[in-house]
Formats: sequence, structure tokens, C-alpha cells
Amino acid sequence: MRSDTRHSTPPELELVKVTKRFGSFTANEDVSFKVEPGTFHALLGENGAGKSTIVKCIMGYHAADDGDIIVAGASRDIRSPYDACKLGIGMVYQHFTVVPAMTVAENLILARPDLPLFINWKKEYSRLREFLETAPFQVPLEAQISELAAGQKQKVEILKQLYLNSQILILDEPTSVLTPQEADEVLGMMRRMVDDKKLSVLIITHKFREVTTYCDEITILRKGKLAGAGKVKDLTTSEMASMMMGEQRKGKTIQKAELKPGATVLELRDVRANRDNGIEGVCGVSLSVRAGEIVGIAGISGNGQRELVEVLDGQRPATGGEVRVAGEPFHMTRAEISKHQIYVLPEEPLRNACAPLMSVAENIALRTFDRPPLAIAGTLLSDSRVRANGRQWIERFNVKTPGPDAAIGTLSGGNVQRAVLARELGPGTAKALVAANPCFGLDFAAVDFIHSQLLAARNNGVAVLLVCEDLDELLALSDRVVVMNGGKLVYEAPVAEANIREIGERMAG
Amino acid sequence: MDEPKPASVIASATAEPPPEPLPPPETQPGDIARERPPARALQWRSKVEALVIPCGAIAVALVLFGIFVWTQGANPFAVFASIYKAAFASTRSFENTLVRAAPIMLCALGTAIPLRLGMVVIGNEGALVMGGLMATAAGLLVVEAPALVVQLTMAGAGMVAGGTWLLIVGALKHYRGVNETISSLLMNFIGIALLNQAVNSWMKDPSSLNKPSSFPIPEEKMLTPLGTTDVHWGIVFGVVFCIVAYILIHKTTFGFQIRTIGANIRAAQLAGLAVGKVTLVTCFIAGAAPGLAGMVEVAAVHGVANESLNVWYGNAGILVAFLARQNALACIVVSVMLGGLLASGGILQRSHQLPDATILVFQGIVFLCILYSESLYGKFSIFQEKKS
Repeated sequence: MRSDTRHSTPPELELVKVTKRFGSFTANEDVSFKVEPGTFHALLGENGAGKSTIVKCIMGYHAADDGDIIVAGASRDIRSPYDACKLGIGMVYQHFTVVPAMTVAENLILARPDLPLFINWKKEYSRLREFLETAPFQVPLEAQISELAAGQKQKVEILKQLYLNSQILILDEPTSVLTPQEADEVLGMMRRMVDDKKLSVLIITHKFREVTTYCDEITILRKGKLAGAGKVKDLTTSEMASMMMGEQRKGKTIQKAELKPGATVLELRDVRANRDNGIEGVCGVSLSVRAGEIVGIAGISGNGQRELVEVLDGQRPATGGEVRVAGEPFHMTRAEISKHQIYVLPEEPLRNACAPLMSVAENIALRTFDRPPLAIAGTLLSDSRVRANGRQWIERFNVKTPGPDAAIGTLSGGNVQRAVLARELGPGTAKALVAANPCFGLDFAAVDFIHSQLLAARNNGVAVLLVCEDLDELLALSDRVVVMNGGKLVYEAPVAEANIREIGERMAG
Repeated sequence: MDEPKPASVIASATAEPPPEPLPPPETQPGDIARERPPARALQWRSKVEALVIPCGAIAVALVLFGIFVWTQGANPFAVFASIYKAAFASTRSFENTLVRAAPIMLCALGTAIPLRLGMVVIGNEGALVMGGLMATAAGLLVVEAPALVVQLTMAGAGMVAGGTWLLIVGALKHYRGVNETISSLLMNFIGIALLNQAVNSWMKDPSSLNKPSSFPIPEEKMLTPLGTTDVHWGIVFGVVFCIVAYILIHKTTFGFQIRTIGANIRAAQLAGLAVGKVTLVTCFIAGAAPGLAGMVEVAAVHGVANESLNVWYGNAGILVAFLARQNALACIVVSVMLGGLLASGGILQRSHQLPDATILVFQGIVFLCILYSESLYGKFSIFQEKKS
């Protein structure tokens, strides 16, 4: 496209003592690192360590208060993502920036900064097809974004940057929505482009596996400051973890008590449901979950897991089949939920489980507001009790919030998840739990906390159905694993007997 | 490059001993009840913001309207003085204002309550005329009964008619996904057409020649004024309805359901709330308010059902609901202000040679300014809570 301004190899990117303050809060202080041309560079840090802020400075969203950003040997004043684009820097965001109502092709074309006033669609399409032939993965050009699964959307995001000819690509937790296979595919392809010296990659990630497998160099931030840097091959994961967390942490496997599962709690019989576009997405799923066991559903995103969870949490009508709880039909009404004590940890808790503009206390009260002690005589709601109840769970689950009256939408992702966890698991009365990607996008401490809560629930005899796109996490937590593909369950085995290769093959179809 | 280290991810990444599983709460209901509400110092900035922004919007609207009347050759300050005088200056004019405020207040609830569900319903006009029509019909059916019975029957019929009118809007939305704003707007025309049809045919009093009307409710069966004033019972109905609506939305479990559905329907579904039922009941309650306004107009003002019922109170109610930011208590105050404005329409013509409709221009300017000001929340750093 504008290759005339491009070097054949990616430019060098260097940050020198970059400082960014928001009011009295210092998000980044004297951060320096260098992304050499044609390297795969990892940026590691806990939530709130300032990783996103520093890359937003590179992209021109924030202006650094101090320090220099040097691209191709010259200090640059990057004021907007457009400036960054002109320098050949592109970013793939953690949250999707594609337009859901438009097709893949329209989204790719839309991204061109030099888009003419009148679009010659025929020419654009032929150029796109040409580009896709050399692209490392394929996405149907005519498909509407809203019909695509998360993994495919992510691919469109990356394709967009490649189409823009970005030479330095910043990836903000790109694999958090992908299956391990998809992640390996995407990152493997990036790696090859890096090896060919076509691309430099700066990746923000939480996953050590990705760091050790794909990255050359690493920069670690802690509390906005540089906490460590070096070549990946010189460092062990526990060294990286200790730099990140600020203290030496021992590696630990998830320990599960041996437990004999009890009676069947949650039973699905030939459940069917449609996707948003009216095509059947869940095509007859039968499954049972017993008390005291975690059944994990593995699968590539977009194979009906989301629809299945939405059927179970009442957000999507089933078109067929039956859900039974403790032998009785279950229709997700409030009375049945309360009677059988079925709880849910959905993915994207702010979107699925919270009213963002209502207070933290009100959100925590969502399950119990119509019962004593919060409700008086079943009809009047006591503000002060809602607040007191909220404060109690905020303290117990260590939710960081300005107060129980703060809108929950203003909290960070990990704290929203903690508040939801407090509501769903806090009372300790759950008999069944449906959890969907509960650790998505959270830092180690929060992930650890959620894992321990899930296991504690299982040990207390809760029947847990876990849908998770992180296969390692799924295998570590589950007692029994099933694989979902094309809306059907295609594999089932106790986790001890599970064959990982076969799981992978079944996931791929 | 290093060899991949699958499956060790969690192992190496996790931290020191896992938090203990939490014990079930030991606090008992009583403990929670005894706890005192906390200091709410954190929230005062947003409260000030909620006051300053609409007041600022009104100030801007005053300036714009002033410019408008100035271009029409009138002195803006004299016009404002006249409006004030005609609306609030004397007991008599204030009574006139309150008479107009009553139906506006009730109509405002028809929009303000569904807004809490996230529905923009603008069908107050239709609900009002249907309420008035049905109240008249019901009142005429029991016209021989004592006055109180006639009035209660009329009020009940008016509320049921208005409630059913907006219930249809809610049902279309919930079951068929029909846009509630469009359907309620169109239902206004249907309601007005039904009223005209009725008073021109089966309800028509043959003696009403110039303005086809229903048979009249006898004078002695109508709502009486309050004491020696010109103000009728409608204002009491309005204020009570607003207070009840406020309590319903903010202090009851049903209101919590309304607010949750309005804030995020997915979270409401996850909690097992009966979204359909709440939507229909809420729409019914919302429609009952303008329905009652129609009854008041017939039973206290006109004594008959005719096209005079359709005098834009419903649309004024939309304006009030937005001005009051859906707060039912604020609807009371704002309705009185707007009632005053409407009451002063005549004086603009008499004293300043401006057409009656000038006051509608003012209303329109205020509405636009208020809608625009909604976009300013959170934009002024002075109103942001300081981070602790």
C-alpha cells in the first residue's frame, strides 16, 4: 500500500525513560526497553502494572509526560493512532474493534487510512483476495462479523493489521479468546513472519507458555516500573513470575482432593438451541454433572459452548430437549433457581451478570434482593440492608471499590469478577455451578483465587460445569472432560484417562 | 527458542497457598439490619452535577428563547416577566398553573416509568384520550349512582383503559420486538381517531353541534374543586401517583427488578427475573397514569369527552419525564413549572403580540437543550469523585 515509506525490515522501536501520570497517579515511571527489528518481544506484568498504558503511549492514545519514543532512530511525537500507523506501528486490542454489523471485507477495507471517497469494491475485493492468498489464515470475506466466533474475530483483527502493512505489531492479550490450537496457529504464524524479518511483535500476555514458546526477549513491569528484562532463553518461568509478583513464588500444581462424585445434579437431555442468526448452534447435547465433580467442556470457540451456557443461565431459549436439576425439569425461573441453588459465572461478567450503572451493593444483591433480610415483607427493599450486605461481601471477597455505592461498571475486570463470585458462591449454598471462561483476562492472583473457589465448591459437593477455552486450565481443574464440536459432544473421558492428542483432534473436528 | 512447556502453565503461575474456602456467612439477618448507613460523602459531587446540568440547560434555553422573541420584535425581559406573572405571581394564576400541572404530571409518569425499563414510550397522548373516553363511558353507565361511586368507576375505567393502551405497547415490544417508541407514537393517532369516532357516533350527544361530544357527566357527579380554590382533585391524584411511583421504583423489590432489567436485561435474565411479566406490569402501571389524567380532564374540567382532551398534555409529559431525569418526585416540580409556562400562553398574545404557539417554541427549545445536556454528564472534572 504505502510501501514507499517502508523499510524492508521493520524499524527499531525504543522507549527511553517514558513516564505517564494521570493526575497524582503514576501509571508508568521511567520505563525503557527496546524492540529490536524482527524480534518477538513480550511485555509481562500483573493487571494494573501499566502494560496497557505504555502501549497506548506508543500508539498515541496517551501522550507521555516524560521520556522519548524512538522509532527507526528518531524521537517521534506520536499524537494519534494514525501517526502510529504512518510509522508502521499497529495494534490488536484486547477487546474487538471490528464493526459487528459489517462484513469481514468491509472491516478490512474500512481500516485503510487512505480510503477514497468512492470505493471501487471490485478492485478492493480483488486486492483483498490477493492479500488473503498470502495470509497465514483464512476468514470468509462475506461473513458478517457478528456471526463470527471470538477466535475468528481475533483473526480478522490481526489480518487487518497485516493488511495495513504494519511492521511493528502490538498485541494486547491476543490469545485470551483463542483455543490453544488457535493460539498456536496465530502465534506460530506471527513467529514465522518475525523469523522472515517481516515483522516485529510486542505482545502483552499473561501466559508463560506463550512467552517461552514464541518470544525472544521479555520486559517485565511491576507497579508501572521496569521490574526486569532479558532474553527469554536465559530466564526460567519462576524467575519471570517472581519479577512480576515482586516476591519469590513457588510453582504449585492445583491440588485436588480425591472425591467420589455423588448423585446427578444437573442433567441435560438432547438440548438444542439456535445461534443469534437463527442457525442451530447447540445440536442435541446430553450430559450429566454429579455432585462434587467438575465436568469440563473443551472446544474451539464458536462450537456452541456460548449458546449452551446461555441456555443454562436463562439468556437464550432452548429450541428442544430438556434440562433437569435433581430430577426435576428446570426452566431457569427465579423460583427454580432459588429452590435448586443453581449459580452461574458467565464470561464477560460486566456484560452478562451485572448492571453496570447500578451500585456494587445492588449487583451483589441481585440473587437475594427479594428474600429476607434484604426484602421486608417480600415487597419493600431496604437500601441500608442492601448496602450492609454488599459491604460484607466486598470485605470478604476483597473487592477493591470506592464503596458499596459505586457503580460496578467503574471497577476493574478482576474486581467485577470478584463481586460476581461473591454473589454466586459467597453464600456457600450452591448445589450446581455453571462457569464459562471465568478467568478470562484476569491476572495471576485473581485466576488463582477463582481456581481455588471452584475447587472449594467442588469439594463441598457442588456440581460444576466448566466451559473453558484454555485447555491447560480445563484439564487441571476438571474431573471429567468432554469435547464440544459443531454443537455436539464428541468426546468424553475422565480426566485421568484423557488423551490430550485425541482431545485436540476432536476439537479440530 | 525454548521447548514448549504445556500443562506447566498453571503450575508455575500460581501463587502461595490458595485462599481458604470461605465459610458460610455467620451474620444473621439482624446483624445486617442493625448496621448503620455509611457516610455518603462520596456521592455529593454527582448530586450537584445532577442539579447544575439541567439548570444550566434551562438557562441556555432561556437565552435562546430570549433571542427568538427579540427577533420577533418583543422585549425578552418583558416577555419573561409576563410569563412569570401569568404563571406564578398571583393566587389566581398559580391555581390556573396547578390545574394544568395535574394532567402533565400524570402524563410524565407514562414516559418516566418505562424509561426505567429502558423503554422510550411516548404514548401518553393516546393513553390519556383512551382513559378519558373510557372513563366517560363508564361514568355514563353508572350515572344514577352516588357521586363518589361515579367518580371511582370513572377513575378505575380511565386507569384500566390507559394501562391497557400502553400494555399493548409493552407486549408488542416483548413478544414481537416492535420498537416501543414508534408503536406508542402511532398508537397516539389510533387513540385520537377512536375518540373522534366514538364522539361522532355511538357516544354522540345530539345537542353538541359545533364540537361533537359525548353525553355530559352531570355537574353534581363531577370532581369538586379543593376548598374555595379553582384547583381540582387532579393535582392530588397527580402528586400521590408520583410519590407512589417513586416508592415503587426505588423502595420495592419490584422496582429493583424494573431497574435491573433497564440497566442490563442479560443480567436480569441470568437472575431469573420474569422479564416479560415485569415489562407488561410496568407498562400497565405507566399507562394508568395518563389514563387517570384523561379521567381527571373529563370529570373535573370538561364534563364530556371530545377532542378538547387532546391538547398536548401527553407531549408535555414526555418533556417533563426527560427534564426530571425519570425521577418521579422531580416530575411533580417540573410539571408545575411547565404548567405555568402553558398557562402563560395567552398573555404572550395579549401583551406582546406574539402568537400562542410561541410557548411551544419555548418548550421545544427547552427539550432540545435538556436532551443535549444529557451528553454532558461526566464531562466536567469538577463533578468527578476524587480518587481516594
